[in-house]
Amino acid sequence: MNRFVAWFHRWGSPKHFYDMSGRWAPWMAGLFFLTFIPGLYYSLIGSPPDYQQGESARIMYIHVPAAWMSMFIYAVMAIAGAVTLIWKMKLADIVAQVSAPIGASFTLLALVTGSLWGKPMWGTYWVWDARLTSELILLFLFLGYIALTTSIDDKRQAARAGAVLALVGVVNLPIIHYSVEWWSTLHQPSTVKVMGKSAIHMSMLIPLLLMSFAFKFYYAWVVLISARAEVLDRDKGTRWAEEAAGEKGR
Amino acid sequence: MNEFFAMGGYGAFVWPSYLLGFLILIAHVAAPANRRRRVLNEIRRRLRREGRAADKSSAGSE
Amino acid sequence: MNSTVAANEPRLAQAFVTLLRRDLLLAFRRPAEIANPLLFFVIVVTLFPLGIGPEPNTLQTIAPGVIWVAALLASMLSLDGMFRTDFDDGALEQILLSPHPLSVLVLAKVIAHWMISGLPLILLSPLLGLFMNLPAESIVALVLTLLLGTPVLSLIGSIGTALTVGLRKGGVLLSLLVLPLYIPVLIFAASAVEVAGVGFSIAAQLSFLGALLALALTLAPVATAASLRISVS
Repeated sequence: MNRFVAWFHRWGSPKHFYDMSGRWAPWMAGLFFLTFIPGLYYSLIGSPPDYQQGESARIMYIHVPAAWMSMFIYAVMAIAGAVTLIWKMKLADIVAQVSAPIGASFTLLALVTGSLWGKPMWGTYWVWDARLTSELILLFLFLGYIALTTSIDDKRQAARAGAVLALVGVVNLPIIHYSVEWWSTLHQPSTVKVMGKSAIHMSMLIPLLLMSFAFKFYYAWVVLISARAEVLDRDKGTRWAEEAAGEKGR
Repeated sequence: MNEFFAMGGYGAFVWPSYLLGFLILIAHVAAPANRRRRVLNEIRRRLRREGRAADKSSAGSE
Repeated sequence: MNSTVAANEPRLAQAFVTLLRRDLLLAFRRPAEIANPLLFFVIVVTLFPLGIGPEPNTLQTIAPGVIWVAALLASMLSLDGMFRTDFDDGALEQILLSPHPLSVLVLAKVIAHWMISGLPLILLSPLLGLFMNLPAESIVALVLTLLLGTPVLSLIGSIGTALTVGLRKGGVLLSLLVLPLYIPVLIFAASAVEVAGVGFSIAAQLSFLGALLALALTLAPVATAASLRISVS
């Protein structure tokens, strides 16, 4: 227990985090490329076209992992928010704040790919389908978080306000999701589901899983390097930051 | 090869999806790398300036 | 009973009632601030027939959505005042220093806000229902959903207001934070009004709104209290 507490506290030290993240980031990058390159191969070449949707189903290997990531990142932000509020851990608020733009990007990616996928399937770029609508609202939640935290000047206060907002959002998210689902069945009983209940074939599951693991590793990598830059920026006047700048040389 | 890029007629939808994915992936790696380099340079410049100021003041006191 | 409360401090129930009465009194001293969001509500709804055309069937189709969206926007307008004046004149800090649980005191302020913004909206809504050619069943449903829904709006809105109270330009930001969280209320309420017009039961929608109200009533004051402590610190 004591060792755990000591380990936990060491992560609170900016210098320790800067060193550790420098060591961990290349590993995460390596894991990302290790899953992303075969994932890309299987999604574009290695898997057969879908028997109904043809080659357009290949958009799924971007769209679905991006949509999963967007929800995963919001959950991470809420957990980091809880840690910020309970233990006042500086690192947690940095994780939440660097996650927000990444999460917003993945949400945007899910929306754009969903709409590009929808064009050949539905005939229009946008249908008020439950999945896309929830994703759009999730984008609003991400942008709201970013708008709030960037408009508060004091970093600590911004982190704590953002933490409350992320927690409120995460409580609301299932309610929003459920109500949008209910609303869409009410208004469009005959919507063509892009991903029906039908079991996904193995040949499609491989690229899907590879890509979703790749995105997870990518997120871990980017959080590490973004938090690293943020920690350095916040502490740029301190001794350890000067040493970090010095040992790199020219 | 052309067949591959045509994507069975869906190329106009498949490729922009992957392109946007790539752009987003690259952007979020490039931004923190740039930022870290900028901060490190800023620190180095400050250290050099302070070093020079210290040299000058010690030279003046002689 | 409570050792942290000094002998001359008012008890919790007393503090609650005092705060509620104070907020209501302050609001009635400035009736324009109550009237303005209501006027906004009426004008926004009036714009739709003018923009779309007075065809009764069309109006009836869009009415549930239009009236509810206008209600959301009108309640947004009044939200900013919930903590603003108290923050500016320092009363909010006094409330924060009180030995009573902040979430309960916050609830008093939210209830006061609802009584001066939500309640008049409900009283006015049948008139707008008539403007929009809603059948009588729909108007009843409109009043019922507003009765259950507007307190939820005040409660969720109080969190956003508390988060932005320290910021000079909180107004637009507040709507960005709060409007997405209003979506479930909008969906279920507008659907109830629509379905009631066709003669179906609206029990499901009403019970969902009731559940939302119960959830907001228990969680929102806690979140608002935490946000106020962050904003004022």
